Amino acid sequence: MNPVVEYLIAGLLLTGGAFTLIGAIGLARMPDFYTRLHAPTKATTVGVGAIIIASVAYASSQGAGIDTAEVLITVFLFMTAPVSANIMAKSAMHLDVKRMPETRGKPWDQ
Amino acid sequence: MLARIGLPQPFLSLVLFIVWQLLSDGISGGSIVMGLILAWVLPQVTRGFWPERPAIVKGWLVPLYILRVLLDIVVASLSVARLVLSTRKPRPAFISYPISLEHPLAITMLASTISLTPGTVSTDVSDDQRILLIHALDVDDEQDIIDTIRRRYEKPLQEIFQ
Repeated sequence: MNPVVEYLIAGLLLTGGAFTLIGAIGLARMPDFYTRLHAPTKATTVGVGAIIIASVAYASSQGAGIDTAEVLITVFLFMTAPVSANIMAKSAMHLDVKRMPETRGKPWDQ
Repeated sequence: MLARIGLPQPFLSLVLFIVWQLLSDGISGGSIVMGLILAWVLPQVTRGFWPERPAIVKGWLVPLYILRVLLDIVVASLSVARLVLSTRKPRPAFISYPISLEHPLAITMLASTISLTPGTVSTDVSDDQRILLIHALDVDDEQDIIDTIRRRYEKPLQEIFQ
């Protein structure tokens, strides 16, 4: 394999892994439910995105062509991640979960 | 005419057919038959969820919008990553964002964009679809975030959905 491509793929995998790790650290470290919600959305978007791009690059460098199914996985992830984040935030609001005291503004009730 | 033969949304059917071809392992007779069945059945099953037909007018602006969002995701991720790794406490806030978009699909796209970009999650839309409640992870100035969303996402969406 071309060394340039090899470094590119390795770099993408490391970036993806790093962001997934940071997302997990954030999930453990953040003080309340709402702030915790932000960490995993990031892990899916950038972390999984970088890993899948690396996988596509590897497959095409092996002469297998671009695997469309992998690209579709990314698209589906990007479409479903905001919906699940939204539903979780909304149910948290209805359950009135604890917010960290520094939070400015407050959710409405309707 | 298309609606009468069971294709209430020709565009959705076309997308479903193409996506099925991409998902199956190469195009074959079986995948085409299955794709046609899915393209015919799914829009009818989900008909109730589409109160009106989506009205994308300037479709060629969509790729530009997606590119901009992808770029913002990367930039915003870095700032959230820095916050996670630093010892500083986040300064979260609930922000009420006044929506000026009309079309439900446009509002959905705006809310999804806000949730996708790290650091902000859209929580709820008011019943009259005029206000979007956003939870932001680390806020200096609420007005600043509102202005950024208006300039970077809502304006382009307004151009796409006229």
